[in-house]
Amino acid sequence: MSVPRYWREEVPRYRLLGKECTGCGARFFPARPVCTVCGSTEFKDYKLAETGEVVTWTVIRNPPTGFEKYRPYVVALLELDDGVRLLSQVVDVGPEEVHAGMRVEAVFRRVKEDGNAGIIQYGYKFRPVVE
Amino acid sequence: MRKVAVAGVGLVKVSEHWEKPIWGLFADAALQAVNDAGSDGVDSLYVGNMSGSLMQDQLNMGALMADALARPGLHAVRVEAGSASGGVAFHEAVKAVASGYSDCALVAGVEKMSDVLPEVAAKSLVMEEEQEYSAYTGVTRAGLSAMLHRLYMDLYSEPAEVGMMAVQSHENAVGCRHAQYPFRMSIERAMDSPMEADPIHMMECAGVGDGAAAVVLVPADAAGVEVAATAVATDYCSLAMRDDPLTLGAVMKAAEKAYRMADVKPGDIDLAEVHDDYTINGVLSLESLGLVDAGKAAKLVAEGGAARDGRIPTNTFGGLKARGNPLGATGVYQVAEVALQLRGSAGDHQVEGAEVGLAQNMGGMGSTCAVTILRRLAP
Repeated sequence: MSVPRYWREEVPRYRLLGKECTGCGARFFPARPVCTVCGSTEFKDYKLAETGEVVTWTVIRNPPTGFEKYRPYVVALLELDDGVRLLSQVVDVGPEEVHAGMRVEAVFRRVKEDGNAGIIQYGYKFRPVVE
Repeated sequence: MRKVAVAGVGLVKVSEHWEKPIWGLFADAALQAVNDAGSDGVDSLYVGNMSGSLMQDQLNMGALMADALARPGLHAVRVEAGSASGGVAFHEAVKAVASGYSDCALVAGVEKMSDVLPEVAAKSLVMEEEQEYSAYTGVTRAGLSAMLHRLYMDLYSEPAEVGMMAVQSHENAVGCRHAQYPFRMSIERAMDSPMEADPIHMMECAGVGDGAAAVVLVPADAAGVEVAATAVATDYCSLAMRDDPLTLGAVMKAAEKAYRMADVKPGDIDLAEVHDDYTINGVLSLESLGLVDAGKAAKLVAEGGAARDGRIPTNTFGGLKARGNPLGATGVYQVAEVALQLRGSAGDHQVEGAEVGLAQNMGGMGSTCAVTILRRLAP
C-alpha cells in the first residue's frame, strides 16, 4: 500500500464521510464522479449515519494476504439508518451470534498492517449495538 | 459484418503443471487448436489471462505468446477482464474476424495458479473487486458469493439444494479427459466439508489449477459451428450498489443482447456452460440467463434438470467446479466445450441433438459477464 493511496482515503474512512448529490439528494459511500440516479456530477460532503443493521453476512475462514491473523472474521452488507449500504467487518461478536436485522454501530479500528515496517491501516468497522 | 465459425479446439487438462511455464501451457492448447483447424493461417492472437501479472510477474503477454509460437509480426494482445478474461478475449477475436480485420484468429485462455500460495490465489480473486472500500474489508470472492447464498436460502431453498449444483457438475465430469476432478461427489461430502465462507462449504467452491484452452476462429461457410452471438455487459462492482443483489445484472444484460443477436429465445438453448465458481453463482447464473425462473434454479438442479438428459443440460464437462477454473482460461474452456457438443464430438458427454449452446463467463462478483451462443450449421 503506497502512502498517497492510503492518505487519499483517510477522511472518508476515518469519519465515514460520503457524498450527497446536489441534483437529487442521493447519497453515496464511497464518493463517485457521476450520480447513479440523476447523472449529476455535483456533490457535497455527507456524513453517514453511524448505526444501521445487517442485511446479509459471511464468515471469512481463508482470508487474502494481510488479513490472516484476524481469521475467522465476519464481513457483512449493512444498511445504515439513512439508507446507505456498505460492506464492513462486524467485530466484537461471535460469528454464530450474527443475524439479519442485527443492529450495529460504527467503531474506529485497526484494519491491517503492511508487514513489520509498513503502514498500519485504520478505518471503520461495525459492532453490535448493546441495547 | 461477416459470420464467424469455430474451426478448431484445443484443451489442456486442468491440473497442477509444475514442470511447465505459462507459455508452455499456452502453446500446448494453441498448437492443438491450430492442428484441429487444419490451418496455419493464424493472423491474430487474443490471450485471455487474469493474474499473470501477479502470479508470474508477467505483463505484455500477447508478445510473449506470439514469441512462443515463433510468430514475430503477429497481431497479439492479452485481454484482462477478471475471471471473464477468456470470454471477453473470445468476444474481441470474434469482432476482429467479423469486421474483416483478421481472417484467422487464435483465442487462447491461460492461467497458472500453482506458482503461488493459496492466500495469494485468494488475493488474486479479490483483485477483481474494487480495492479501497470492498477488498479493504478483508472480504473474499467466496465471501461475497456467500452473502448472496444466504439471501437466496432465506427466500428460496435449502442448503443441500444449492449444493447439488456441485454434485451435478462432478457427475457430468466423470470420464472427461481435460477435467481436474473427473469423479463423483456426494451431497453429504459437500455438506460435511468445512466452511469456506459461511454458508458456502469448501466442496462448493471451484479449486485452484493450471489450465489452457484455445479455439481458432475463421469466416463461416456453410458447415461447422457458427458464432451466433457474443456479448459483454457490466454491473456495479459493489453488492451495496445493486437494487436486488440476487439479480446478476451483467449476466441478464449480456444474455438479452446475445439472444437478440442470435435471434433465439432461452427456450431454444440445448445446453449451457455457466460460471459455477461457487455453487450459488451457478444457480443465480441459470436464473439471470433466463433459462430458469427466479428462485427455481436450485430446485431444478436438485431434481436432475441440469443433467445431460435434463431440461437444461448444464456444465456438461464438469463446469468450473469439476472441470476446473483456471481463471482467465475458463471462458475459453466453456466455448470450446460448447463447440465440441455442437460438432457431435463430445463423446460420453454428448447432449443428443444439440444445435444451439450457450457459454456464460463472469468476472468479479458478477460485475463483468460475457455470453456466447454457438449454433450448429446444417452440414
